[in-house]
Amino acid sequence: MEERMETGQEATLQTLAERVLEEAKQRGATAVEVNTHSGEGLSVEVRLAEVDTLEYHRDQGMGLTVYYGQKKGHASTADLSEKAVLETVEAACRIAKYTAEDDYAGLADAELMATEFPDLDLYHPWGITADEAIALARTCENAARDYSPLITNADGTGVTTYRGFSVYANTHGFMGTNRGSRHSISCGMVAQEGDSMQRDYWYSTARLSEQLETPEAIGKKAAERTVKRLHGQPVSTTTAPVLYLPQIARSLISHFTSAISGSAQYNKASFFLDALGEKVFPEFVRLYEQPFIPQALGSACFDKEGVALKNKDLVAGGIIQSYLLGSYSARKLGMQSTGNAGGTHNLTLESTGQSLEALLKEMGTGLLVSELIGNSVNGITGDYSRGASGFWVENGEIQYPVEEVTIAGNLKDMYQGIVAIGNDVDYQGSTRTGSILIEAMTIAGK
Amino acid sequence: MNTNPLHVAQAAILDPAGLSEADLNRVFATFNQTSIDLADIYFQSSRTESWSLEDSIVKTGAYSIEQGFGVRAVSGEQTGFAYSDEITLGALLESARAARAISKSGKSQKAKVWHRHDNPQRLYLPSDPLASLVDTEKIALLHLADKTARAESSYVQQVIPTLSASYEVILIADNEGRLVADVRPLVRMNVSVIVDKGGQRESASFGGGGRFGLDWFTREGRAESYAREAVRQALVNVEAVAAPAGSMDVVLGNGWPGILLHEAVGHGLEGDFNRKGTSAFAGRIGEQVASRGVTVVDDGTLENRRGSLSVDDEGTPTQCTTLIEDGILKGYMQDKLNARLMSAEPTGNGRRQSYSYLPMPRMTNTYMHAGDYAPEEIIASVDKGLYAVSFGGGQVDITSGKFVFSSSEAYLIENGKLGKPVKGATLIGDGPSAMTRISMIGNDLQLDSGVGMCGKAGQSVPVGVGQPTLRINDLTVGGTA
Repeated sequence: MEERMETGQEATLQTLAERVLEEAKQRGATAVEVNTHSGEGLSVEVRLAEVDTLEYHRDQGMGLTVYYGQKKGHASTADLSEKAVLETVEAACRIAKYTAEDDYAGLADAELMATEFPDLDLYHPWGITADEAIALARTCENAARDYSPLITNADGTGVTTYRGFSVYANTHGFMGTNRGSRHSISCGMVAQEGDSMQRDYWYSTARLSEQLETPEAIGKKAAERTVKRLHGQPVSTTTAPVLYLPQIARSLISHFTSAISGSAQYNKASFFLDALGEKVFPEFVRLYEQPFIPQALGSACFDKEGVALKNKDLVAGGIIQSYLLGSYSARKLGMQSTGNAGGTHNLTLESTGQSLEALLKEMGTGLLVSELIGNSVNGITGDYSRGASGFWVENGEIQYPVEEVTIAGNLKDMYQGIVAIGNDVDYQGSTRTGSILIEAMTIAGK
Repeated sequence: MNTNPLHVAQAAILDPAGLSEADLNRVFATFNQTSIDLADIYFQSSRTESWSLEDSIVKTGAYSIEQGFGVRAVSGEQTGFAYSDEITLGALLESARAARAISKSGKSQKAKVWHRHDNPQRLYLPSDPLASLVDTEKIALLHLADKTARAESSYVQQVIPTLSASYEVILIADNEGRLVADVRPLVRMNVSVIVDKGGQRESASFGGGGRFGLDWFTREGRAESYAREAVRQALVNVEAVAAPAGSMDVVLGNGWPGILLHEAVGHGLEGDFNRKGTSAFAGRIGEQVASRGVTVVDDGTLENRRGSLSVDDEGTPTQCTTLIEDGILKGYMQDKLNARLMSAEPTGNGRRQSYSYLPMPRMTNTYMHAGDYAPEEIIASVDKGLYAVSFGGGQVDITSGKFVFSSSEAYLIENGKLGKPVKGATLIGDGPSAMTRISMIGNDLQLDSGVGMCGKAGQSVPVGVGQPTLRINDLTVGGTA
């Protein structure tokens, strides 16, 4: 019964996609691409043992891009009634009349379309009822509140589950379907002692509910992280090594992928402009993309334009091996799409093998950063300045919690200054990395 | 043109769906025999259009339709919520049954006699900004900005002007039998430029907007002024030296730097965080939380402003709420749920991104009243410090009170005089204590140009900020020098 309903949902989205292609072609479009999606989910939040919110989600939508020769228009709708769908097709066609002839516009080349669709095992609905989700959230929060008497308040503990389908089709005759699920448990706590009050959280997310960390472990970790932050203080302004924990080290990779994205390159808005083939990291740095990992959060068979994906290195031997291109930016740069329209699929920064403890020892004296706040990162110059909190480390040992400081530098120097990448890899996202140790940054404080 | 929002909403939402008042009664009857304290249906129908140029040609044009409803049922502190993109009686009944799941059995409720509440507060014209210019005029406006920026300096290498307009009709039906509607135009224009001066590249952007038609940008040279301002900022930043690192006295310019107030005190004074006791300002009403002379308000009633609303997303008329008066904490910003639980009145701050999200207390236009000092006098008072006039964005940790905001145009102050421009840097402070170190307040209150967007718990809403020139002692500047 369940399986039949899902097949029905996919078929409805496929039929709608075909219909939209046809409607746009009838209005004279020379090429069309369309995306349709639908999904549903449940989320509950519990706070201090009481249910705070219970939400049922149901999303759907359709978006199309039409081309009249080299002119294009885009429109989308969340209302899939006949009237709204036709209005949306009309709007895309109208807009195309006013956009300019753009030599680089168009569908991705037909020969790049994906032809193989291995089952990546990404769809595992969690048949959890609202009551069961509430019970899990309570278990998680209880574990956090039992951890320490210093846990005095709560920010909310949530359980969410979502499953959805999407279809991408274009007038090359390509049609691809994605189905996926995503579940998570998150726990936010508040600790207080004297006049110091702090919050922190922990979470777990996965495509299979069985792969989530236990609610008890999540609650305990959330509480532990919160209590550890009590009585944070600024350090004196100094220059020192900085160690990013994995959850925030990921942001250093995203600044890099922005810099090698097609639009940053063709707009000359990158601090790594024309840097393909340049050595911008130490020799040991390797960053690679693996789109086909079964059950992984970032896995897919084709990109947003239907282009086939492949395993590839973005950085090897510290040298930039590939930009991240969709068809538009590829044509603008005189290159070929790398299958990255819409982003990357499972990036991994190769570890240099050390544990977090070993990295602390290697750092000696410096700042272990557990949270970043604000985002003063200049994508053109690489100038970097962000608010930070974490722990001051001396002789490889954590001394006291730190807050109200900033860490600053230039990303080009920071990347060259990577000393080590830990084996404490965080798998809870489509970018995987361990802790990253950077040789020196300016820390501004009192 | 029919300018009564209730009539517009009837025609845009209820009539196409064939929904009558009797149908709404059937939906609310779902909550009969339950412990529901508060229930509402939020209907929304919106159209958004955006255009942009790149390399002096129209790069993208996009149009989107967002339409649906959300049903909420509140019992005590508990909220049940369900939404749908499909406005039909069937979907309404199904969502109401799902939302009801949090309630226990309770009192019976009478069938409603619907009262169409014609809100007298009209802060903007209920016109459709998508139709305020014809498409060729929209494109011409973008080309004008592009040409102006390129003519401004030969160092300009890329210009990306964008124009967006949205037209939103909302209708709220609540368990007290009220039907309230609002028709909300919102437009925004932005010009981003990239300059290259001898291999030194920098970018900057500037723009404006509000609740009116796109024709606003064609008047008083606005589109051109955004282009020139973006080029000016980018050229200043090309010459910028490393920003200083450490604690120093900071002078903030007027207008957009009011983002300080939004982060340092605004979020901390939203009712939900204070009801839960997770804000650094919780339980501090009546205490001095800022220097004498500091008065901060949240005012949703300013005509045509980006952050203004005739009624909030729960149907409560907006108002001007005093948050801090002469340094003393006076009040919080409330939605219905938190006001009820804190025995306070709603302040017209219940806002949501769309029908698919729950409302919560949010800011509208948050600003500080003017003081007595001339801005020059304030700069001249600083021996060694920073003068910051433009900012990118900011963020706050409500619980610890630590906030940041990122400067995008700033200058060193040496012996009371402006020095070299410095690169963008994060400024970090502690909200409750930073506000007590405001030592001078300028006489030049200004609101921002209408570009603010605020994110909270995954929901974005348009907001406004403003302030006079301010001096704050001992703020940490996150540069490298």
